[in-house]
Amino acid sequence: MPGLNVSQLSAGGAGPYTLNVPPGECVGLIGASGAGKTRLLRAISDLDPHEGEVTLDDVPASGLPGHEWRRRVALLPADPRWWHATARAHLPEGGAGEAVAPEQLGLADELLDRTVARLSAGQRQRLALLRLLAREPHCLLLDEPTAHLDPESAARVEAVVAAYRQRTGAPVLWVGHDAAQLERVASRVLRLTPEGIRSAPEGT
Amino acid sequence: MNLITLSPWDLGWAALAVLVLAAISLREGLGIERTLLVAAVRMAVQLILVGYVLKALFTTVNPWLIGALALAMVGMAGYEVRARLKRKLVGPWGRWLATGPLFLSSFAVTLFALLAVVGAEPWYHPRYAIPLLGMMLGNGMSGVALVLNHLLATVPARRDEIEQRLMLGETRDQAMHDIRREAMHAATIPLINAMTAAGIISLPGVMTGQILAGAPPVEAVRFQLLIMFLIAAGSGFAQVMALKLTVARLFDARGRLRLDRMG
Repeated sequence: MPGLNVSQLSAGGAGPYTLNVPPGECVGLIGASGAGKTRLLRAISDLDPHEGEVTLDDVPASGLPGHEWRRRVALLPADPRWWHATARAHLPEGGAGEAVAPEQLGLADELLDRTVARLSAGQRQRLALLRLLAREPHCLLLDEPTAHLDPESAARVEAVVAAYRQRTGAPVLWVGHDAAQLERVASRVLRLTPEGIRSAPEGT
Repeated sequence: MNLITLSPWDLGWAALAVLVLAAISLREGLGIERTLLVAAVRMAVQLILVGYVLKALFTTVNPWLIGALALAMVGMAGYEVRARLKRKLVGPWGRWLATGPLFLSSFAVTLFALLAVVGAEPWYHPRYAIPLLGMMLGNGMSGVALVLNHLLATVPARRDEIEQRLMLGETRDQAMHDIRREAMHAATIPLINAMTAAGIISLPGVMTGQILAGAPPVEAVRFQLLIMFLIAAGSGFAQVMALKLTVARLFDARGRLRLDRMG
């Protein structure tokens, strides 16, 4: 099956989870704190040992070296980390690449020459998305990508992610707490519990 | 030239200075008196014993006895380096990732020095073999302990940064690039400092000892240079090996960081 396929995946005592995200589609994932959302995303990107199988366009994770799988199945963590001084140094070869222009995320070029510590939490969150998309991943796993953002910036992120998946056909798994936002960005919203995944009931 | 030999009484006066220091520590409540005295007594016993062992070895030059002493030294160094590690890897790895590189590097560099540089007759003559091996083990032990302590303290503390780099598709070695450099740097700095200060601020131990014992200064300097070069190489090789093996063990075949392998 094309797209992202998660089959009988369990990690750290949670699961097993089974789900499918078709190419170019966005699936929303909602669930209480501690339901295992982050654990699921980490297992899909093969950051933690797990049971079960994940495939992207019929290529299993085990069919690629770990780092190549993680570059393709890219995880945007809720709390991104930085290690170089300037924002720009975190981009591949110092540029944002073809994927997305920094301005689309409201990041002016002069902002990229600042030290990361001088950026606001919201700017850093958008920079983290820019850094991820610049590596042209084949699939996006987004862990609360708009948690620190004002509505205007959140709308920019939503638009950039939608444009990216439509242009590249990358499946997107979007974890969030805001049910209204997930209804807006995703074609389907699933609810995660420690036991498994089910369709989110109406009105969540 | 009149060489001065030290009598036990002479040494007693020197030891008295340590006792005075212990008394000051006791009076001021600084708490080092006990460890200081234990270490001083322990050192005296060890050195006096090794003096007699070397005396016996020098008269017999028996390769089996020399080998046995070398193995005993290696065993002690292995125990000591493990005792200095604040955090370890779980399982048998914890033991061998520190001691294996130390053994390999110390033996290899000592053999190289004996065969290619010193050229004693026989090559394993204990007058050269035992002090050289001791120097290699002593310095390699500190170097390996420094590099592993830095690495094993930094990796858990910077776990999020390492994993963030993995999430961006970096390989294990790319994600560990900065930390590897820092660990190597931390472990090499004492050696760099010793080499920088040598002859200007401090007179290093080997030549000081030889000069005190009556050797011509220029000859003493040559031995000191030999020792410093060998120490730099031997300690550095052991550090690089221990670093590479431990980093490899901290990640699995899928390139995932596995902190569950740390004790």
